[in-house]
Amino acid sequence: MSGILVALLMFIGTFFMFVASLGVVRMPDLFTRLSATTKASTLGASSLLIATAVHFNDYGIASRIVAIIAFIVITAPVAAHMLGRAAYISDVTLWEGTICDELRGRYDIEGRILKDPDRKDEGGRPIVVNGRRMRETPTKEA
Amino acid sequence: MNLDKLVFFFVMPMLSLAMFCAFFRLMRGPSLPDRVVALDLMATLVIGIVSVYSVVTGQSAYLDVAIILALIAFLGTVAFAYYIQRGGGR
Repeated sequence: MSGILVALLMFIGTFFMFVASLGVVRMPDLFTRLSATTKASTLGASSLLIATAVHFNDYGIASRIVAIIAFIVITAPVAAHMLGRAAYISDVTLWEGTICDELRGRYDIEGRILKDPDRKDEGGRPIVVNGRRMRETPTKEA
Repeated sequence: MNLDKLVFFFVMPMLSLAMFCAFFRLMRGPSLPDRVVALDLMATLVIGIVSVYSVVTGQSAYLDVAIILALIAFLGTVAFAYYIQRGGGR
């Protein structure tokens, strides 16, 4: 009975791992590649590790595997977000079929401040979205 | 045993093929962040391979390798992200 469960979980994990690597080859853009690989590989590795835990049927190994899965689930989105942000700042080209880039023109790259060019206060200066004011001499508009 | 057949004829070949695809992107990637994405995927693939191999051999000590590898992969990705953000790798 547990053998069937192990086989099923291994099948699912292998499928999602393969889908992640297929996405990293076939997707047209860095950001779509990042999206495909992070989610699918997290699910695939978690399934394979749960299959290992079910196969061994031991508390020590299961707690170790829970620690690995928790670490992967916590760190993978953080790493993907940092990498995507760094890539956006360093001007990686987007896919030509991209229809929505909401950060365009709203991110002051020099000062690392998010701003909204459409909203102005009474003096006609742009309002900063995250609460901090933009510097007096605005740096180059992205 | 039946599980060994599944592992050796389906799981390991598919994971090896996935590793090959990630390696293709690692060599081909037009920019440095693409290569970092491929490296991160390769580390996660190695975690999966290590866990499956520990099932086949019955040695649970291999799972410590998976713990260390998850930690080092995260640190490497964060370090590369800082490097790219500071303007390196153009």
